[in-house]
Amino acid sequence: MSDAITAGGVTAGRTVARRARRGASYPNWFYLPAAIVFGVLFLLPTIASLFFSLTRWTLFEANFIGLANFIQFFREPFLVQGLINTLIYGVVTSGLKVIIGMLLALLLTSDIIGRGYLRAVVFFPVLVSTVGVGIAFVALMHPTQGMINETLAMVGIKGPAWLTDPRFALYSVALVDVWKGVGLATVIYMAGIVSIPQDYFEAARIDGATAWQNFWAITLPLLKPATVTVIILSLIGGLRSFDLIWAMTRGGPGFTSDVIASVIYKQYQAGFYGLSTAGNVVLFVLVALIIVPLSMFLNRNEVER
Amino acid sequence: MALSMTRRALLAATALLSVGFGPAFAQDTVTLTYLVDDNPTNVATSEALKAAFEAENPGIKIEIETRPGGGEGDNIIKTRLATGEMTDVFRYNAGSLFQALNAPQTMLDLTDEPFQANIIDSFKPVVTATDGRIYGVPEEAAMGGGILYNKKIYAELGLTVPKTWAEFMANNEKIKAAGKTAVIQTFGDTWTSQLFVLGDFFNVQAAVPTFAADYTAGKAKYASTPAAMAGFQKGEDVFKAGFLNEDFGSALFADGVRMVATGEGAHYPMLTFAIGGIAQDYAENLPDVGFFAIPGDDAAKNGLTVWMPAATYISKTTAHPEEAKKFVAFIASTKGCDARSSANGATGPYLIKGCELPADVPAAVADLLPYFQQDGLTAPALEFLSPIKGPALEQITVEVGSGIRSAADAAALYDEDVKKQAQQLGLPGWD
Repeated sequence: MSDAITAGGVTAGRTVARRARRGASYPNWFYLPAAIVFGVLFLLPTIASLFFSLTRWTLFEANFIGLANFIQFFREPFLVQGLINTLIYGVVTSGLKVIIGMLLALLLTSDIIGRGYLRAVVFFPVLVSTVGVGIAFVALMHPTQGMINETLAMVGIKGPAWLTDPRFALYSVALVDVWKGVGLATVIYMAGIVSIPQDYFEAARIDGATAWQNFWAITLPLLKPATVTVIILSLIGGLRSFDLIWAMTRGGPGFTSDVIASVIYKQYQAGFYGLSTAGNVVLFVLVALIIVPLSMFLNRNEVER
Repeated sequence: MALSMTRRALLAATALLSVGFGPAFAQDTVTLTYLVDDNPTNVATSEALKAAFEAENPGIKIEIETRPGGGEGDNIIKTRLATGEMTDVFRYNAGSLFQALNAPQTMLDLTDEPFQANIIDSFKPVVTATDGRIYGVPEEAAMGGGILYNKKIYAELGLTVPKTWAEFMANNEKIKAAGKTAVIQTFGDTWTSQLFVLGDFFNVQAAVPTFAADYTAGKAKYASTPAAMAGFQKGEDVFKAGFLNEDFGSALFADGVRMVATGEGAHYPMLTFAIGGIAQDYAENLPDVGFFAIPGDDAAKNGLTVWMPAATYISKTTAHPEEAKKFVAFIASTKGCDARSSANGATGPYLIKGCELPADVPAAVADLLPYFQQDGLTAPALEFLSPIKGPALEQITVEVGSGIRSAADAAALYDEDVKKQAQQLGLPGWD
């Protein structure tokens, strides 16, 4: 199977090559604009950042210091905490988006009143600026004057200091992230649900299946592609998340809700340009280490199907 | 007809004016951009300086831009300077934060300007870069770092101003027992969390006179110098004793000013420039607010940690260096002090020669001045004695003050942070 594919790939490659020799469908200079943009905006900065990550850099002068920045970065006391927080944040937001997104999609594809309106309402937060959402929730989550705790106080519950209690800060931000991002997951699931052929449900009805059985045996398994998409999208989003955390807590109180991106940003903010560049190289390698095996795994699944 | 006459007259007038500014084709008015931090007290100063300067110089307009304070502001200043995007004139801290800016490459040298004669000599070293040249002029009055307190609460509970840390904690205990907030913290603005550490430096220097020099050379550490670690311990103590306001994690500087002025809280560790904010927004409460230095262990050695004010600098990339110097010269004159006093009232002694304080200063300023009037009762904050200030201090002190990290652990962490900064500055003895 896989041999055949390789062989096919090689043949296809040869055909393309032959065509190129005869004269490609586009002249070479046609690729130039894209090549320049890629070279200037992506390739050069990548090489430059590899160099600057090995220096102590003030933006005016750079002293070569070998791997000291990387050693320093891995000794950074907040880095381990940042790594753990990044993983927690990615997993929590991704997991909640899967569960809540699927439930909402089930609800919004059933025959309920005002379906179009409700769909719009669920999707609306996706369209709002992240920083705006962050600032709004900072006000809502204020420990004494915020609307959330004032509402809780009315029913006699003393709400926690959502963003300033180190035990809750990261999770509070994660919840806001879910509120903001769950609309996208819902839309993906809705597309998945409506594309399930009705034949399965008819057959199940003839067999006398309950609604619960319908869900477990038909909807859930057939939604697997949608689930994979949601997990990948939200996991990547969660791992590189920065804007919402920065807008809401700036990694605080102290360092308790720092993620890798905010640790790197703080080094940059402090004027440790070489160190923060080294941090970005580390982040690049880290994301590659997670995403490359993941996408290979998913591609293999595609082929087998 | 009347209209066109007026216009012609105006044109003639502007043409006459512009003669003074060089070539005949020069613009009628020059606009100077002026970047300041968004602290309301400081913005009020800038507005007053702008108004007074523009009235005197009709050909120059000042355009104020604001930026956040704290680490976020440091970042904006550094990046804009490094990329040549800085405003013509800007306000920024003197001392170690200034040292991190690479002034010789980014700012105009003001050493040989005639207005230097107006400035008190003690200010000049804190805006002098490694090349020995002077780059800034003082924009505010000198400040003390200590504790603003509510005199009404003190009178009500019969308390006296503490001379030792133990007395301070005993006062706090009584205030707490009376059902009031003893210590106000405002970690929503993280920079406000540093006062117990930075404002304790008089006590550090009293115990270890060589600390500043040894610290700069990399020989003295916070974690291994008990007197230096005491500042972190103080932040931990007030948290552990439950003295803080309920919303200490999210309250902002403006909340702290309100609380200490109106008696919602008794003590607010802060720099005395905050008195200007009280004068502006809570003028009727101004007589209720007093000030004392952060107490140490020994009542006989009670003194104040002093802050040099922020300075005004001119960016090297300015297109209007002459006008910018004119503005800076105005700031460094008695007219500049008058504009400041009119905006915020008197907040402390000025560093411009000939600037007198009015006779009726606010109560807190009256508490502040005696420290300056006697020798040996003040010490400059560490950031004016050493070029090194670790950039993560405000996060570390938030952690200590919120009970997340112990004082000992925090001091050790800050030593690491200081090391990074020293290496970035390329200081000897840190590699």
